[in-house]
Amino acid sequence: MARAVTTQRKTINTIAAWAVGLLIFFPILWTILTSFKTEAQAINDPPLFLFFDWTLENYAVVQERSDYMRFLWNSIIIAGGSTLLGIIIAVPAAWSMAFVPSRRTKDILLWMLSTKMLPAVGVLYPIYLLFIQFGLLDTRIGLVIVIMLINLPIIVWMLYTYFREIPGEILEAARMDGASLREEILYVLTPMAVPGIASTLLLNFILAWNEAFWTLNLTAAKAAPLTAFIASYSSPEGLFYAKLSAASTMAIAPILILGWFSQKQLVRGLTFGAVK
Amino acid sequence: MATQHSRSAARMMMAPAVVLLLGWMLVPLIMTLWFSFRRYMPLRPDIEPGWVGFDNYVRFVTSSSFWPSVQVTLITVGGALAITIVFGVLLAMLLDQPMWGQGVVRILVIAPFFVMPTVSALVWKNIFMDPINGLLAHLWRFFGADPVVWLSDVPLLSLILIVSWQWLPFATLILLTAIQSLDSEQLEAAEMDGAPPLKRFWFIILPHLSRAITIVILIQTIFLLSIFAEIFVTTGGAFGTRTLTYLIFQRVLESQNVGLGSAGGVYAIILANIVAIFLMRIVGKNLDA
Repeated sequence: MARAVTTQRKTINTIAAWAVGLLIFFPILWTILTSFKTEAQAINDPPLFLFFDWTLENYAVVQERSDYMRFLWNSIIIAGGSTLLGIIIAVPAAWSMAFVPSRRTKDILLWMLSTKMLPAVGVLYPIYLLFIQFGLLDTRIGLVIVIMLINLPIIVWMLYTYFREIPGEILEAARMDGASLREEILYVLTPMAVPGIASTLLLNFILAWNEAFWTLNLTAAKAAPLTAFIASYSSPEGLFYAKLSAASTMAIAPILILGWFSQKQLVRGLTFGAVK
Repeated sequence: MATQHSRSAARMMMAPAVVLLLGWMLVPLIMTLWFSFRRYMPLRPDIEPGWVGFDNYVRFVTSSSFWPSVQVTLITVGGALAITIVFGVLLAMLLDQPMWGQGVVRILVIAPFFVMPTVSALVWKNIFMDPINGLLAHLWRFFGADPVVWLSDVPLLSLILIVSWQWLPFATLILLTAIQSLDSEQLEAAEMDGAPPLKRFWFIILPHLSRAITIVILIQTIFLLSIFAEIFVTTGGAFGTRTLTYLIFQRVLESQNVGLGSAGGVYAIILANIVAIFLMRIVGKNLDA
Protein backbone atom coordinates (compact mmCIF):
# COMPACT_ATOMS: atom_id res chain seq x y z
CA MET A 1 0.00 0.00 0.00
CA ALA A 2 1.52 3.26 -1.04
CA ARG A 3 1.16 6.14 1.27
CA ALA A 4 -0.97 8.97 0.02
CA VAL A 5 1.16 12.06 -0.21
CA THR A 6 -0.41 15.45 -0.18
CA THR A 7 0.69 17.90 -2.82
CA GLN A 8 1.60 20.31 -0.09
CA ARG A 9 4.02 17.86 1.50
CA LYS A 10 5.51 16.97 -1.85
CA THR A 11 6.08 20.65 -2.57
CA ILE A 12 7.89 21.16 0.72
CA ASN A 13 10.04 18.09 0.06
CA THR A 14 10.86 19.32 -3.41
CA ILE A 15 11.88 22.79 -2.26
CA ALA A 16 13.99 21.46 0.61
CA ALA A 17 15.73 18.83 -1.50
CA TRP A 18 16.46 21.21 -4.37
CA ALA A 19 17.80 23.83 -1.97
CA VAL A 20 20.18 21.33 -0.38
CA GLY A 21 21.12 19.82 -3.73
CA LEU A 22 21.96 23.21 -5.22
CA LEU A 23 23.94 24.17 -2.13
CA ILE A 24 26.07 21.04 -2.43
CA PHE A 25 26.48 21.49 -6.16
CA PHE A 26 27.18 25.20 -5.85
CA PRO A 27 31.01 25.06 -5.68
CA ILE A 28 31.04 23.19 -8.98
CA LEU A 29 28.51 25.53 -10.56
CA TRP A 30 30.45 28.56 -9.34
CA THR A 31 33.71 27.17 -10.73
CA ILE A 32 32.10 26.64 -14.13
CA LEU A 33 30.62 30.16 -14.11
CA THR A 34 33.90 31.73 -13.02
CA SER A 35 35.69 30.04 -15.89
CA PHE A 36 33.70 32.24 -18.29
CA LYS A 37 34.53 35.51 -16.54
CA THR A 38 37.50 37.81 -16.98
CA GLU A 39 40.00 37.80 -14.12
CA ALA A 40 38.68 41.15 -12.89
CA GLN A 41 35.08 39.97 -12.95
CA ALA A 42 36.07 36.79 -11.14
CA ILE A 43 36.99 38.69 -7.99
CA ASN A 44 34.33 41.40 -8.31
CA ASP A 45 32.66 42.44 -5.08
CA PRO A 46 29.70 41.86 -5.00
CA PRO A 47 30.20 38.57 -6.87
CA LEU A 48 28.73 38.43 -10.35
CA PHE A 49 26.35 35.55 -10.79
CA LEU A 50 25.04 35.41 -14.34
CA PHE A 51 25.24 38.93 -15.65
CA PHE A 52 28.79 39.40 -16.82
CA ASP A 53 30.48 39.39 -20.21
CA TRP A 54 30.84 35.72 -20.98
CA THR A 55 34.20 34.92 -22.47
CA LEU A 56 36.07 31.83 -23.63
CA GLU A 57 39.39 33.56 -23.31
CA ASN A 58 40.50 31.61 -20.20
CA TYR A 59 40.22 28.30 -21.97
CA ALA A 60 42.48 29.54 -24.74
CA VAL A 61 44.97 30.95 -22.24
CA VAL A 62 45.13 27.71 -20.25
CA GLN A 63 45.75 25.65 -23.34
CA GLU A 64 48.32 28.05 -24.68
CA ARG A 65 50.27 28.59 -21.49
CA SER A 66 50.49 25.06 -20.21
CA ASP A 67 49.67 22.78 -23.11
CA TYR A 68 46.53 21.42 -21.47
CA MET A 69 46.03 18.84 -24.21
CA ARG A 70 49.19 17.01 -23.21
CA PHE A 71 47.97 16.55 -19.62
CA LEU A 72 44.55 15.54 -20.85
CA TRP A 73 46.12 12.97 -23.11
CA ASN A 74 48.22 11.63 -20.21
CA SER A 75 45.08 11.33 -18.08
CA ILE A 76 43.25 9.47 -20.82
CA ILE A 77 46.16 7.08 -21.41
CA ILE A 78 46.75 6.44 -17.71
CA ALA A 79 43.12 6.06 -16.66
CA GLY A 80 42.08 4.20 -19.81
CA GLY A 81 45.17 2.01 -20.01
CA SER A 82 45.13 0.99 -16.37
CA THR A 83 41.42 0.21 -16.45
CA LEU A 84 41.58 -1.85 -19.64
CA LEU A 85 44.63 -3.77 -18.44
CA GLY A 86 42.90 -4.38 -15.11
CA ILE A 87 39.77 -5.68 -16.83
CA ILE A 88 41.78 -8.03 -19.04
CA ILE A 89 43.49 -9.50 -15.98
CA ALA A 90 40.38 -9.51 -13.79
CA VAL A 91 37.78 -11.03 -16.13
CA PRO A 92 39.25 -14.54 -16.13
CA ALA A 93 39.83 -14.41 -12.39
CA ALA A 94 36.34 -13.17 -11.60
CA TRP A 95 34.85 -15.64 -14.05
CA SER A 96 36.51 -18.60 -12.43
CA MET A 97 35.64 -17.46 -8.92
CA ALA A 98 31.99 -16.93 -9.85
CA PHE A 99 31.46 -20.13 -11.81
CA VAL A 100 33.99 -22.59 -10.44
CA PRO A 101 34.07 -21.58 -6.80
CA SER A 102 36.28 -23.56 -4.47
CA ARG A 103 36.60 -23.57 -0.73
CA ARG A 104 39.25 -20.92 -0.96
CA THR A 105 37.38 -18.51 -3.24
CA LYS A 106 36.04 -16.45 -0.37
CA ASP A 107 39.45 -16.19 1.26
CA ILE A 108 41.05 -15.13 -2.00
CA LEU A 109 38.42 -12.45 -2.56
CA LEU A 110 38.85 -11.09 0.95
CA TRP A 111 42.61 -11.17 0.65
CA MET A 112 42.43 -9.23 -2.62
CA LEU A 113 40.27 -6.66 -0.87
CA SER A 114 42.82 -6.42 1.93
CA THR A 115 45.53 -5.37 -0.53
CA LYS A 116 43.32 -2.38 -1.36
CA MET A 117 43.50 -1.33 2.29
CA LEU A 118 47.28 -1.04 2.28
CA PRO A 119 48.00 2.67 2.85
CA ALA A 120 49.86 4.00 -0.14
CA VAL A 121 52.19 6.10 1.96
CA GLY A 122 53.43 2.96 3.71
CA VAL A 123 54.92 1.68 0.48
CA LEU A 124 55.78 5.03 -1.08
CA TYR A 125 59.54 4.74 -0.89
CA PRO A 126 59.84 1.16 -2.18
CA ILE A 127 57.68 1.99 -5.17
CA TYR A 128 59.61 5.20 -5.74
CA LEU A 129 62.87 3.26 -5.60
CA LEU A 130 61.63 0.51 -7.92
CA PHE A 131 60.44 3.17 -10.34
CA ILE A 132 63.91 4.72 -10.39
CA GLN A 133 65.56 1.31 -10.79
CA PHE A 134 63.39 0.35 -13.73
CA GLY A 135 63.36 3.81 -15.30
CA LEU A 136 59.63 4.14 -14.76
CA LEU A 137 59.64 7.46 -12.92
CA ASP A 138 57.59 10.04 -14.82
CA THR A 139 56.47 7.54 -17.45
CA ARG A 140 52.90 6.75 -18.41
CA ILE A 141 53.52 3.01 -18.45
CA GLY A 142 54.69 3.14 -14.84
CA LEU A 143 51.52 4.87 -13.72
CA VAL A 144 49.35 2.57 -15.80
CA ILE A 145 50.83 -0.37 -13.90
CA VAL A 146 50.55 1.16 -10.43
CA ILE A 147 47.01 2.44 -10.88
CA MET A 148 45.96 -0.84 -12.45
CA LEU A 149 47.27 -2.61 -9.35
CA ILE A 150 45.54 -0.35 -6.86
CA ASN A 151 42.22 -0.73 -8.67
CA LEU A 152 42.54 -4.42 -9.51
CA PRO A 153 40.85 -5.59 -6.28
CA ILE A 154 37.84 -3.37 -6.98
CA ILE A 155 37.67 -4.53 -10.59
CA VAL A 156 37.79 -8.21 -9.59
CA TRP A 157 35.15 -7.63 -6.93
CA MET A 158 32.76 -5.76 -9.15
CA LEU A 159 33.07 -8.28 -11.96
CA TYR A 160 32.63 -11.11 -9.48
CA THR A 161 29.37 -9.66 -8.15
CA TYR A 162 28.09 -9.13 -11.69
CA PHE A 163 29.12 -12.58 -12.88
CA ARG A 164 27.48 -14.19 -9.88
CA GLU A 165 24.16 -12.82 -11.01
CA ILE A 166 24.43 -14.74 -14.26
CA PRO A 167 22.56 -18.02 -13.72
CA GLY A 168 24.98 -20.94 -13.82
CA GLU A 169 22.34 -23.19 -15.37
CA ILE A 170 22.63 -21.37 -18.67
CA LEU A 171 26.34 -22.16 -18.80
CA GLU A 172 25.68 -25.77 -17.91
CA ALA A 173 23.07 -26.03 -20.64
CA ALA A 174 25.60 -24.69 -23.14
CA ARG A 175 28.13 -27.23 -21.90
CA MET A 176 25.58 -30.03 -22.29
CA ASP A 177 24.98 -28.93 -25.84
CA GLY A 178 28.67 -29.50 -26.45
CA ALA A 179 30.00 -25.96 -26.29
CA SER A 180 33.72 -25.82 -25.62
CA LEU A 181 35.08 -23.59 -22.89
CA ARG A 182 36.06 -21.02 -25.49
CA GLU A 183 32.64 -21.04 -27.13
CA GLU A 184 30.98 -20.93 -23.76
CA ILE A 185 32.87 -17.81 -22.82
CA LEU A 186 32.58 -16.19 -26.23
CA TYR A 187 28.96 -16.84 -27.14
CA VAL A 188 27.14 -17.45 -23.88
CA LEU A 189 28.92 -15.62 -21.12
CA THR A 190 30.20 -12.52 -22.88
CA PRO A 191 26.87 -11.17 -24.12
CA MET A 192 25.43 -11.53 -20.62
CA ALA A 193 28.50 -10.07 -18.97
CA VAL A 194 28.91 -7.00 -21.16
CA PRO A 195 26.74 -4.66 -19.07
CA GLY A 196 28.60 -5.61 -15.90
CA ILE A 197 31.98 -5.21 -17.57
CA ALA A 198 30.94 -1.83 -18.96
CA SER A 199 29.86 -0.60 -15.52
CA THR A 200 33.11 -1.82 -14.00
CA LEU A 201 35.06 -0.09 -16.74
CA LEU A 202 33.20 3.16 -16.15
CA LEU A 203 33.62 3.35 -12.38
CA ASN A 204 37.25 2.33 -12.43
CA PHE A 205 38.05 4.79 -15.18
CA ILE A 206 36.65 7.49 -12.91
CA LEU A 207 38.63 6.28 -9.89
CA ALA A 208 41.81 6.11 -11.97
CA TRP A 209 41.20 9.57 -13.45
CA ASN A 210 40.91 11.11 -9.99
CA GLU A 211 43.75 9.19 -8.35
CA ALA A 212 45.96 11.80 -6.72
CA PHE A 213 48.60 10.13 -4.59
CA TRP A 214 50.70 8.18 -7.05
CA THR A 215 50.10 10.58 -9.91
CA LEU A 216 51.44 13.44 -7.79
CA ASN A 217 54.40 11.55 -6.39
CA LEU A 218 55.60 9.59 -9.39
CA THR A 219 55.37 12.14 -12.19
CA ALA A 220 57.17 15.32 -13.10
CA ALA A 221 56.82 17.08 -16.44
CA LYS A 222 56.43 14.31 -19.00
CA ALA A 223 53.78 11.91 -17.72
CA ALA A 224 51.83 14.24 -15.45
CA PRO A 225 48.07 13.82 -15.79
CA LEU A 226 45.41 16.42 -15.00
CA THR A 227 45.58 15.87 -11.23
CA ALA A 228 49.20 17.05 -11.27
CA PHE A 229 48.45 19.78 -13.80
CA ILE A 230 45.84 21.27 -11.46
CA ALA A 231 48.21 20.94 -8.50
CA SER A 232 50.63 23.22 -10.36
CA TYR A 233 48.12 26.03 -9.71
CA SER A 234 48.69 25.72 -5.96
CA SER A 235 51.27 28.52 -6.07
CA PRO A 236 49.19 31.50 -7.18
CA GLU A 237 50.53 34.05 -9.60
CA GLY A 238 48.62 37.33 -9.77
CA LEU A 239 44.98 37.07 -10.70
CA PHE A 240 44.29 33.50 -11.64
CA TYR A 241 40.78 32.55 -10.47
CA ALA A 242 39.27 32.52 -13.94
CA LYS A 243 42.14 30.51 -15.35
CA LEU A 244 42.09 28.11 -12.42
CA SER A 245 38.35 27.69 -12.97
CA ALA A 246 38.76 27.04 -16.67
CA ALA A 247 41.47 24.45 -16.03
CA SER A 248 39.35 22.84 -13.30
CA THR A 249 36.25 22.77 -15.44
CA MET A 250 38.12 21.04 -18.24
CA ALA A 251 39.58 18.51 -15.81
CA ILE A 252 36.30 17.55 -14.17
CA ALA A 253 33.73 17.96 -16.95
CA PRO A 254 34.31 14.62 -18.70
CA ILE A 255 34.24 12.76 -15.41
CA LEU A 256 31.12 14.53 -14.12
CA ILE A 257 29.29 13.38 -17.21
CA LEU A 258 30.58 9.81 -16.91
CA GLY A 259 29.91 9.91 -13.19
CA TRP A 260 26.23 10.61 -13.66
CA PHE A 261 25.96 7.35 -15.55
CA SER A 262 27.73 5.39 -12.88
CA GLN A 263 25.94 6.39 -9.66
CA LYS A 264 24.41 2.94 -9.24
CA GLN A 265 27.74 1.19 -9.77
CA LEU A 266 29.30 3.41 -7.16
CA VAL A 267 27.44 1.66 -4.38
CA ARG A 268 28.28 -1.78 -5.70
CA GLY A 269 31.87 -0.96 -6.52
CA LEU A 270 32.84 0.73 -3.29
CA THR A 271 30.97 -1.32 -0.72
CA PHE A 272 32.00 -4.70 -2.10
CA GLY A 273 28.44 -5.97 -2.14
CA ALA A 274 27.91 -5.20 1.53
CA VAL A 275 25.11 -2.71 0.88
CA LYS A 276 22.35 -3.54 -1.55
CA MET B 1 29.45 -30.13 -10.91
CA ALA B 2 32.89 -28.78 -11.69
CA THR B 3 35.25 -31.28 -13.24
CA GLN B 4 38.93 -31.67 -12.46
CA HIS B 5 39.62 -30.11 -15.82
CA SER B 6 37.59 -26.98 -15.21
CA ARG B 7 39.13 -26.66 -11.76
CA SER B 8 42.65 -26.47 -13.07
CA ALA B 9 41.47 -24.12 -15.81
CA ALA B 10 39.93 -21.95 -13.13
CA ARG B 11 43.19 -21.87 -11.23
CA MET B 12 45.02 -20.84 -14.37
CA MET B 13 42.60 -18.01 -14.97
CA MET B 14 42.96 -16.74 -11.47
CA ALA B 15 46.75 -16.91 -11.51
CA PRO B 16 47.62 -13.57 -13.19
CA ALA B 17 45.47 -11.50 -10.82
CA VAL B 18 46.62 -13.40 -7.74
CA VAL B 19 50.30 -13.33 -8.65
CA LEU B 20 50.23 -9.63 -9.50
CA LEU B 21 48.47 -8.63 -6.31
CA LEU B 22 50.72 -10.88 -4.26
CA GLY B 23 53.76 -9.18 -5.77
CA TRP B 24 52.22 -5.74 -5.33
CA MET B 25 51.58 -6.49 -1.69
CA LEU B 26 54.71 -8.40 -0.68
CA VAL B 27 57.56 -6.71 -2.53
CA PRO B 28 57.01 -3.13 -1.30
CA LEU B 29 55.92 -4.36 2.12
CA ILE B 30 59.09 -6.35 2.64
CA MET B 31 61.15 -3.42 1.37
CA THR B 32 59.41 -1.03 3.77
CA LEU B 33 60.04 -3.44 6.65
CA TRP B 34 63.67 -3.76 5.60
CA PHE B 35 64.21 0.00 5.41
CA SER B 36 62.42 0.54 8.69
CA PHE B 37 65.20 -1.27 10.52
CA ARG B 38 67.96 0.63 8.80
CA ARG B 39 69.56 4.05 8.93
CA TYR B 40 69.19 5.21 5.36
CA MET B 41 69.34 8.79 4.05
CA PRO B 42 70.11 8.81 0.32
CA LEU B 43 70.64 12.59 0.27
CA ARG B 44 73.24 12.48 3.05
CA PRO B 45 76.22 10.51 1.76
CA ASP B 46 78.14 11.40 4.91
CA ILE B 47 75.80 9.25 7.00
CA GLU B 48 76.62 5.58 6.64
CA PRO B 49 73.62 3.35 6.04
CA GLY B 50 73.39 0.61 8.60
CA TRP B 51 71.32 -1.65 10.77
CA VAL B 52 69.68 0.14 13.71
CA GLY B 53 67.14 -2.36 15.06
CA PHE B 54 63.99 -0.74 16.42
CA ASP B 55 65.64 2.66 16.66
CA ASN B 56 63.51 4.18 13.87
CA TYR B 57 60.31 2.91 15.47
CA VAL B 58 61.22 4.48 18.77
CA ARG B 59 62.40 7.72 17.21
CA PHE B 60 59.29 8.05 15.08
CA VAL B 61 56.92 7.92 18.04
CA THR B 62 59.14 10.04 20.28
CA SER B 63 59.70 12.81 17.74
CA SER B 64 57.94 16.05 18.57
CA SER B 65 55.81 15.92 15.43
CA PHE B 66 54.37 12.46 16.04
CA TRP B 67 51.63 13.10 18.61
CA PRO B 68 50.43 16.30 16.97
CA SER B 69 50.11 14.39 13.71
CA VAL B 70 48.12 11.62 15.39
CA GLN B 71 45.88 14.27 16.90
CA VAL B 72 45.40 15.99 13.55
CA THR B 73 44.63 12.66 11.91
CA LEU B 74 42.04 11.74 14.52
CA ILE B 75 40.37 15.17 14.42
CA THR B 76 40.26 15.22 10.64
CA VAL B 77 38.96 11.68 10.23
CA GLY B 78 36.57 12.00 13.17
CA GLY B 79 35.27 15.39 12.06
CA ALA B 80 34.73 14.36 8.48
CA LEU B 81 33.04 11.13 9.60
CA ALA B 82 30.70 12.96 11.98
CA ILE B 83 29.69 15.52 9.34
CA THR B 84 29.24 13.04 6.51
CA ILE B 85 27.29 10.53 8.61
CA VAL B 86 24.94 13.04 10.28
CA PHE B 87 24.23 14.99 7.12
CA GLY B 88 24.31 11.83 5.04
CA VAL B 89 21.51 10.28 7.09
CA LEU B 90 19.43 13.48 6.98
CA LEU B 91 20.02 13.93 3.27
CA ALA B 92 19.25 10.29 2.49
CA MET B 93 15.94 10.57 4.36
CA LEU B 94 15.11 13.76 2.49
CA LEU B 95 15.97 12.27 -0.89
CA ASP B 96 13.87 9.22 -0.10
CA GLN B 97 10.74 11.39 0.14
CA PRO B 98 8.45 11.78 -2.85
CA MET B 99 9.29 14.94 -4.79
CA TRP B 100 9.57 16.43 -8.23
CA GLY B 101 12.87 16.08 -10.03
CA GLN B 102 14.33 13.49 -7.68
CA GLY B 103 16.76 12.21 -10.33
CA VAL B 104 18.21 15.66 -10.92
CA VAL B 105 18.63 16.37 -7.20
CA ARG B 106 20.43 13.06 -6.78
CA ILE B 107 22.84 14.03 -9.53
CA LEU B 108 23.48 17.42 -7.93
CA VAL B 109 24.20 15.80 -4.57
CA ILE B 110 26.50 13.11 -5.94
CA ALA B 111 28.53 15.40 -8.21
CA PRO B 112 31.27 16.39 -5.69
CA PHE B 113 32.39 12.77 -5.45
CA PHE B 114 33.51 12.89 -9.06
CA VAL B 115 35.62 16.02 -8.69
CA MET B 116 39.30 15.18 -8.54
CA PRO B 117 40.85 15.93 -5.11
CA THR B 118 43.32 18.50 -6.42
CA VAL B 119 40.53 20.46 -8.09
CA SER B 120 38.22 20.50 -5.10
CA ALA B 121 41.04 21.45 -2.74
CA LEU B 122 42.28 24.30 -4.94
CA VAL B 123 38.83 25.63 -5.74
CA TRP B 124 37.92 25.69 -2.06
CA LYS B 125 41.25 27.17 -1.07
CA ASN B 126 41.20 30.02 -3.56
CA ILE B 127 37.77 30.75 -4.90
CA PHE B 128 35.92 30.14 -1.63
CA MET B 129 38.28 30.39 1.33
CA ASP B 130 40.62 33.14 0.20
CA PRO B 131 40.43 35.85 2.89
CA ILE B 132 40.40 38.73 0.37
CA ASN B 133 38.78 37.60 -2.84
CA GLY B 134 37.11 34.38 -1.73
CA LEU B 135 33.37 34.06 -2.01
CA LEU B 136 33.04 33.33 1.70
CA ALA B 137 34.96 36.54 2.44
CA HIS B 138 32.47 38.46 0.27
CA LEU B 139 29.64 36.82 2.17
CA TRP B 140 31.16 37.64 5.55
CA ARG B 141 31.71 41.28 4.54
CA PHE B 142 28.14 41.48 3.22
CA PHE B 143 26.94 40.70 6.73
CA GLY B 144 29.42 43.17 8.15
CA ALA B 145 31.72 40.56 9.66
CA ASP B 146 35.48 40.26 9.36
CA PRO B 147 36.40 37.59 6.81
CA VAL B 148 37.88 34.43 8.27
CA VAL B 149 41.41 33.55 7.21
CA TRP B 150 40.31 29.97 6.75
CA LEU B 151 43.42 27.97 6.01
CA SER B 152 45.68 29.60 8.58
CA ASP B 153 43.25 30.54 11.37
CA VAL B 154 41.05 27.45 11.34
CA PRO B 155 43.10 25.09 9.17
CA LEU B 156 41.67 21.85 10.50
CA LEU B 157 38.11 23.02 10.19
CA SER B 158 38.82 24.10 6.61
CA LEU B 159 40.37 20.75 5.79
CA ILE B 160 37.45 18.91 7.36
CA LEU B 161 34.98 21.02 5.36
CA ILE B 162 36.74 20.30 2.08
CA VAL B 163 37.02 16.59 2.75
CA SER B 164 33.44 16.36 4.01
CA TRP B 165 32.17 18.04 0.86
CA GLN B 166 33.97 15.38 -1.16
CA TRP B 167 32.70 12.43 0.88
CA LEU B 168 29.17 13.50 1.77
CA PRO B 169 27.89 12.22 -1.61
CA PHE B 170 29.35 8.78 -0.94
CA ALA B 171 27.75 8.51 2.49
CA THR B 172 24.44 9.86 1.20
CA LEU B 173 24.32 7.47 -1.72
CA ILE B 174 25.07 4.38 0.37
CA LEU B 175 22.62 5.41 3.10
CA LEU B 176 19.97 6.22 0.52
CA THR B 177 20.38 2.76 -0.97
CA ALA B 178 19.97 1.29 2.49
CA ILE B 179 16.91 3.42 3.33
CA GLN B 180 15.20 2.38 0.14
CA SER B 181 15.32 -1.23 1.25
CA LEU B 182 13.34 -0.36 4.40
CA ASP B 183 9.90 -1.88 4.47
CA SER B 184 7.56 1.10 4.32
CA GLU B 185 4.72 -0.87 5.91
CA GLN B 186 6.63 -1.02 9.13
CA LEU B 187 6.86 2.76 9.18
CA GLU B 188 3.22 3.12 8.34
CA ALA B 189 2.22 0.77 11.12
CA ALA B 190 4.28 2.81 13.55
CA GLU B 191 2.72 6.00 12.26
CA MET B 192 -0.78 4.63 12.70
CA ASP B 193 0.05 3.54 16.23
CA GLY B 194 0.83 7.16 16.86
CA ALA B 195 4.60 7.04 17.09
CA PRO B 196 5.95 10.58 16.62
CA PRO B 197 8.50 11.15 13.80
CA LEU B 198 11.46 11.31 16.17
CA LYS B 199 10.56 7.95 17.69
CA ARG B 200 10.04 6.42 14.26
CA PHE B 201 13.47 7.66 13.30
CA TRP B 202 15.13 6.43 16.46
CA PHE B 203 13.50 3.01 16.71
CA ILE B 204 12.93 2.01 13.10
CA ILE B 205 15.03 3.97 10.61
CA LEU B 206 18.27 4.22 12.58
CA PRO B 207 18.44 0.52 13.55
CA HIS B 208 17.75 -0.38 9.94
CA LEU B 209 20.61 1.87 8.84
CA SER B 210 23.09 0.71 11.46
CA ARG B 211 24.81 -1.76 9.15
CA ALA B 212 25.10 0.70 6.30
CA ILE B 213 26.42 3.34 8.70
CA THR B 214 29.04 0.92 9.98
CA ILE B 215 30.15 0.19 6.43
CA VAL B 216 30.30 3.87 5.52
CA ILE B 217 32.38 4.55 8.63
CA LEU B 218 34.83 1.74 7.88
CA ILE B 219 35.27 2.47 4.18
CA GLN B 220 35.56 6.21 4.69
CA THR B 221 38.01 5.76 7.54
CA ILE B 222 40.31 3.80 5.28
CA PHE B 223 40.15 6.47 2.58
CA LEU B 224 40.26 9.41 5.01
CA LEU B 225 43.32 8.06 6.83
CA SER B 226 45.23 8.43 3.59
CA ILE B 227 44.02 11.81 2.27
CA PHE B 228 46.98 13.45 0.66
CA ALA B 229 46.27 15.74 -2.28
CA GLU B 230 43.93 17.92 -0.23
CA ILE B 231 46.76 18.77 2.17
CA PHE B 232 49.43 18.83 -0.52
CA VAL B 233 47.81 21.65 -2.49
CA THR B 234 46.24 23.65 0.35
CA THR B 235 48.66 24.00 3.24
CA GLY B 236 51.47 21.62 2.36
CA GLY B 237 51.28 20.37 5.92
CA ALA B 238 51.70 23.82 7.46
CA PHE B 239 49.45 25.42 10.10
CA GLY B 240 49.07 22.16 11.99
CA THR B 241 47.47 20.15 9.21
CA ARG B 242 50.14 17.49 9.12
CA THR B 243 48.39 14.15 9.34
CA LEU B 244 50.22 10.90 9.93
CA THR B 245 50.12 10.19 6.20
CA TYR B 246 51.56 13.58 5.39
CA LEU B 247 54.23 13.30 8.06
CA ILE B 248 55.41 10.00 6.60
CA PHE B 249 55.38 11.48 3.10
CA GLN B 250 57.57 14.36 4.29
CA ARG B 251 59.99 12.04 6.06
CA VAL B 252 60.30 9.73 3.08
CA LEU B 253 60.29 12.00 0.05
CA GLU B 254 60.96 15.54 1.22
CA SER B 255 63.72 14.93 3.74
CA GLN B 256 64.55 11.46 2.41
CA ASN B 257 64.98 10.00 5.86
CA VAL B 258 63.88 6.66 4.50
CA GLY B 259 64.48 4.57 7.60
CA LEU B 260 62.44 6.82 9.85
CA GLY B 261 59.69 7.27 7.26
CA SER B 262 59.47 3.54 6.67
CA ALA B 263 58.99 2.90 10.38
CA GLY B 264 56.15 5.45 10.21
CA GLY B 265 54.81 3.61 7.18
CA VAL B 266 54.69 0.38 9.14
CA TYR B 267 52.67 2.14 11.84
CA ALA B 268 50.27 3.45 9.19
CA ILE B 269 49.88 -0.05 7.74
CA ILE B 270 49.11 -1.50 11.16
CA LEU B 271 46.59 1.28 11.85
CA ALA B 272 44.81 0.75 8.52
CA ASN B 273 44.72 -2.99 9.11
CA ILE B 274 42.94 -2.60 12.42
CA VAL B 275 40.13 -0.80 10.60
CA ALA B 276 40.28 -3.20 7.68
CA ILE B 277 39.76 -6.28 9.84
CA PHE B 278 36.35 -5.01 10.95
CA LEU B 279 35.36 -4.16 7.39
CA MET B 280 36.47 -7.54 6.09
CA ARG B 281 34.37 -9.31 8.71
CA ILE B 282 31.21 -7.58 7.53
CA VAL B 283 32.02 -8.11 3.86
CA GLY B 284 32.92 -11.73 4.53
CA LYS B 285 29.66 -12.42 6.32
CA ASN B 286 27.80 -10.95 3.41
CA LEU B 287 29.58 -13.27 0.98
CA ASP B 288 28.19 -16.32 2.78
CA ALA B 289 24.63 -15.06 2.56
